[in-house]
Amino acid sequence: MPTLAILDYGMGNLHSMAKALERVAPESRICITHSAAELRAADRIVFPGQGAIGHCRAELAQRDLLGLLPELAREKPMLGVCLGLQAALAYSEENGGTPGLGLFPGRVQRFPAGIAEGPGLPPIRIPHMGWNRVEPTRTHPLFAGIAPGSRFYFVHSYYAPAESPDVAAVCHYGVPFAAALGRGNFFAVQFHPEKSQHAGLRLLANFSRWDGSCPAQVFGV
Amino acid sequence: MALAKRIIPCLDVDAGRVVKGVRFEGLRDAGDPVEIARRYDEQGADELAFLDITASHQGRDTLLHMVEAVAAQVFIPLTVGGGVRTCADIRRLLNAGADKVSINSAAVSRPDFIGEAADHFGSQCIVVAIDARRVPGSDSDPRWEIYTHGGRRPTGLDALEWAERMAGLGAGELLVTSMDRDGTGLGFDNALNRAIAARVEVPIIASGGVGELAHLRDGVLIGHADAVLAASIFHFGTHTLSDAKRFLAASGIEVRLDAIAEPS
Repeated sequence: MPTLAILDYGMGNLHSMAKALERVAPESRICITHSAAELRAADRIVFPGQGAIGHCRAELAQRDLLGLLPELAREKPMLGVCLGLQAALAYSEENGGTPGLGLFPGRVQRFPAGIAEGPGLPPIRIPHMGWNRVEPTRTHPLFAGIAPGSRFYFVHSYYAPAESPDVAAVCHYGVPFAAALGRGNFFAVQFHPEKSQHAGLRLLANFSRWDGSCPAQVFGV
Repeated sequence: MALAKRIIPCLDVDAGRVVKGVRFEGLRDAGDPVEIARRYDEQGADELAFLDITASHQGRDTLLHMVEAVAAQVFIPLTVGGGVRTCADIRRLLNAGADKVSINSAAVSRPDFIGEAADHFGSQCIVVAIDARRVPGSDSDPRWEIYTHGGRRPTGLDALEWAERMAGLGAGELLVTSMDRDGTGLGFDNALNRAIAARVEVPIIASGGVGELAHLRDGVLIGHADAVLAASIFHFGTHTLSDAKRFLAASGIEVRLDAIAEPS
């Protein structure tokens, strides 16, 4: 039975993620852990997260995970979720500037205050909270069976720029931003698949069966 | 513009059971929160809100089991409120599967609690519930006062200043209930919601007074709410969530229709 580990480093609600994975991956053993041995032995890893990035980094450091995570991200399928996406970039402007894991290049920044989604519309609310459309920019096994433009649930005030060589899906909220980034067997999403009903469960089901391979076709090319 | 306006059904819970009569066709045990949550989820609810009105400690444990049971079956955001006073209360609810907690009286008795909670758990899961009433005689230049204890106890706090202070301390969202309109079916106090929306950057959930679908529309278009919350129009089967979604979409409001099965 393959093991799917959810990384527990004291940031956020792991119960929902575990329940969603139990639902879609009955053939996997779901474990919630921060033990290096268990993470190394797992077949797949979910790297979740909520809250502030400075706190996230401190908690990862305290559990000796800052060095281990990039190593695991090279070795086996890993899914970053929300703060798990932001922490994977090189740098975040949050908390006065916080270095990330550097799995993706780029800087995480705050949504600019006072901008609107269009002329005559009120300024955007921060955090970006609710169901927004996600448009894949390339085919990826984790989006199999999910219609382009499907809505996923977001809650965040900081974002990774859409202009990234690793971008796999974009979303718009005043500015375009990366809804998903992927490189090799590491994939990360800004939204919460565990809270995104059918589309979210489908993405998690896809992940629970993903072998980490990633065909490099681009839409429309 | 693609972020959908949210529709949130609200359920009152006592000792882990939904109270305030919920009547769905073909639903025998109307008080089962899991069954009700599933029904709303299938109809396209964007989130669910549970308000715990239990007084006893024993009832609180039952609430946690209820949240666990709902979270195991329904994969949309869950907000749970009622009697949240400490960071330990918040942790228990989040561990049980709540995504956000709503805090009301405890914010009034100790505003710094909101800052501590946001630091600890992140603003994304801290909703401050604001119960407000119009100050009598202020109709030409309306002002609103914050109340606690189900709208019975005045606090002397100005609602707009309070909203700004709560957002500044780290509330990720404000749930604004008009105690003048709650239970009347006359529609939201859109002037209140609009005034608060103009004052803060965080999303606003409008609550209190929905009696027909047009009120949901007005909450968004006139009140500038980012989400609209209602109880009785959904509980009594007057309208389904899908009806509400289609009505808002027909009014030109962006809503999430993905979840709604086409009528057969």
